[in-house]
Amino acid sequence: MIDFEPTEEQQLIIETVQAFAQNEIRPRARDAEESAKCPSEVLSAAHELGLVANALPEEFGGGGERSAVTGVLIAEELAWGDLALALGILAPSLAALPVLDFGTDEQKQEILPASIERPVAPTTLALVEPRFDFDPFRPTTSAKSDGGDFIIDGSKCMVPWLEGVESVLVSAADAQGAQLFQVPCDAPGLKIAPDDYMGIRALPTISLTLEGVRVSGNARVGAAQGCDHAALVNRGRVGLAALAVGVSRAAFELSRDYAKERHAFGVPIATKQAIAFKLADMAIEIDGLRMLTWEAAWKLDAGDDVTREAALAIDQARRVALQVADGSVQVFGGHGYVREYLPELLLRNARGFASFEALTLI
Amino acid sequence: MAISFEPAENSLRARDFYHELATEHMRPISRKYDTQEHDLPVEWVDHYWNHVRDNTPANDGPSDGFVQVCIQAEELCWGDAGLYLRSPTAALGGSAVSAAGTPEQKERFLKPFRGKGQPIWGAMAITEANAGSDSAAIETTAELDEETGEYLLNGTKIFCTAGEGASQVEGGFVVVWATVDKSAGRGGIKSFVVPAGTPGMKLVGLEKKLGIRVSDTATLVFEDCRVPAANLLGRAEVKKKDPKKSGDKGFKGAMATFDASRPIVAAMAVGVGRASLDFLKEELERQGVTIRYDAPPREQTALERDVIEMEAELQAARLLTWRAASMMNRGKPNSLEASMAKAKAGLSVTRITQKAVELLGPLGYSRKLLVEKWMRDAKINDIYEGTQQINQLIVARRILEYASSMLR
Repeated sequence: MIDFEPTEEQQLIIETVQAFAQNEIRPRARDAEESAKCPSEVLSAAHELGLVANALPEEFGGGGERSAVTGVLIAEELAWGDLALALGILAPSLAALPVLDFGTDEQKQEILPASIERPVAPTTLALVEPRFDFDPFRPTTSAKSDGGDFIIDGSKCMVPWLEGVESVLVSAADAQGAQLFQVPCDAPGLKIAPDDYMGIRALPTISLTLEGVRVSGNARVGAAQGCDHAALVNRGRVGLAALAVGVSRAAFELSRDYAKERHAFGVPIATKQAIAFKLADMAIEIDGLRMLTWEAAWKLDAGDDVTREAALAIDQARRVALQVADGSVQVFGGHGYVREYLPELLLRNARGFASFEALTLI
Repeated sequence: MAISFEPAENSLRARDFYHELATEHMRPISRKYDTQEHDLPVEWVDHYWNHVRDNTPANDGPSDGFVQVCIQAEELCWGDAGLYLRSPTAALGGSAVSAAGTPEQKERFLKPFRGKGQPIWGAMAITEANAGSDSAAIETTAELDEETGEYLLNGTKIFCTAGEGASQVEGGFVVVWATVDKSAGRGGIKSFVVPAGTPGMKLVGLEKKLGIRVSDTATLVFEDCRVPAANLLGRAEVKKKDPKKSGDKGFKGAMATFDASRPIVAAMAVGVGRASLDFLKEELERQGVTIRYDAPPREQTALERDVIEMEAELQAARLLTWRAASMMNRGKPNSLEASMAKAKAGLSVTRITQKAVELLGPLGYSRKLLVEKWMRDAKINDIYEGTQQINQLIVARRILEYASSMLR
């Protein structure tokens, strides 16, 4: 039956994460952005909530409650607080979920407990490549078989790189197509340089250059079977769409409240249709995006191929997030342009959805 | 319950049933009745009245409730939105009787729609030349004749959907909005059931329209049209405007019927939009063009990007519609969500159908095919049952928590 009501349990999770976003994330968002630092106390506090751990199996120390629908509900609330910090909080999903879904027993033993025990997972994911025609489904980075080993060449960027990272899952094309390879940080031929982006500045990210990096055959996620790389990209897109809902909702709510406060010509500017209709459109578009996101997540939970649904959701997410964030700057007028308020930050973050892929997984 | 996008079994059966009906009995006569504007589509009306009503799938087991009504509307409007509107049903007039009528009124006016005999129609007459979106400004009067206990209706109603059938064919009826006391403002507005053929109710014209041409959009004149007091829906007494309290509960109640009708109109819009999109995709497929959902945007053709955006817009509209409908199942107030769905669906299918004509070139523009018709049919969805702007206004007032006096 068709229904749009979260379960009581999910409702409780939403309320908990909303409170966390309001009390712990939002107040730190601006400072974190200005100082380009992800506050470790936020990561620790979020870790206590077990947001990622709860989705992982009990045998590795998780809660055993995997649900993409719950995942998107959580992601929206966190991103409402701040996108960069939400990405930092959800970063353990980047290695844990692909390994859970496709990894060998050995890989699961190595990566899952470590992703659950610590606020910052020791393994991260490198998918995006620094080129305008980057295709997440078909990386240009290559992995050539050499004896039992693989030799990896290519470059990556936008890799979340919080303190304590020891290895990175690099997406690269081998004879079977796109796959993931676990590369230790100290592997010869691996070079790391910090990124520098317009937004999400509180999330440290790096660029990777791989020149003839040799990894053993065991480093391939899923060994001979490999992984369903497309499914991974789709999970990333659904997650990003949910984060875009959160960012958009933040921009909308700030604009709505400001428009009711701000007086011009003797009345609140919200009483003018030009402003009121802009706010109405924001609300409608955000809800439409949320519904598309929920549907894609629900299909993920049903085990369906969601390539089309994920494409629709991310297409809308890129458009809606930018439109709403731009609208928030407009509603705030000059105040939207100054860094004392959040709209300018939201606009910079919102534009990022056109470039982001697999910065969190659902 | 939990978030779920899986229709109930009987919704799927209903969807198949109405899809076949649309394919077999609507599409083949779509062009004919678009061209022969105002002719009664006898094949469709007879088939609907004599066969469809008897053969609709049984609703046993778990149901999507109001969402299923939306699924039905989408399928039939995928077939032909004009024919859907001309189907012999009690339509909005029936909704008004269901919502505000006494058990006796429901029995009297709605029972004929379950019977045999000739097909009949119901309709609702609200709009006037000087009162469109501002429906509180209506000037049609209803004056009580104390001696006979009858109300005398006087005024002119325009844009009355199904107004020809409902006013002319015996057994049908028109629900007319009129004021019993102009000084009472909205509080004085009441609705009256006027049976077809009542002396004093005259059909004076049918609109020639951009689209949904087979639908009879009537102008009805009421001249000392007498209806018994027993035909008044709801309470007869007038609540005068009280500065402390809102004295327009009756009017608000009438407006609340839009909470039920707007999701259906949104679903109708989605049906027309889907017709265009389905045709576009089939045509692209015939020409060997496939939509690559997994290609990076820089590699997708402009055509692919357009189609993906159209699909996303249509699906967002559909899901907002289903959400508004599912809230009714739960008995939750949904006027915000109903207006959101209507605003989104009206605008997005207007764009989708216009884009389909553009992308298909001469095929889109040709009257030998139906795409150009769907573009014309789609546009009404952004206008009737509350224009885009009226629905934006409702959404804006709700999100801002402003009374109508704060945001006009």
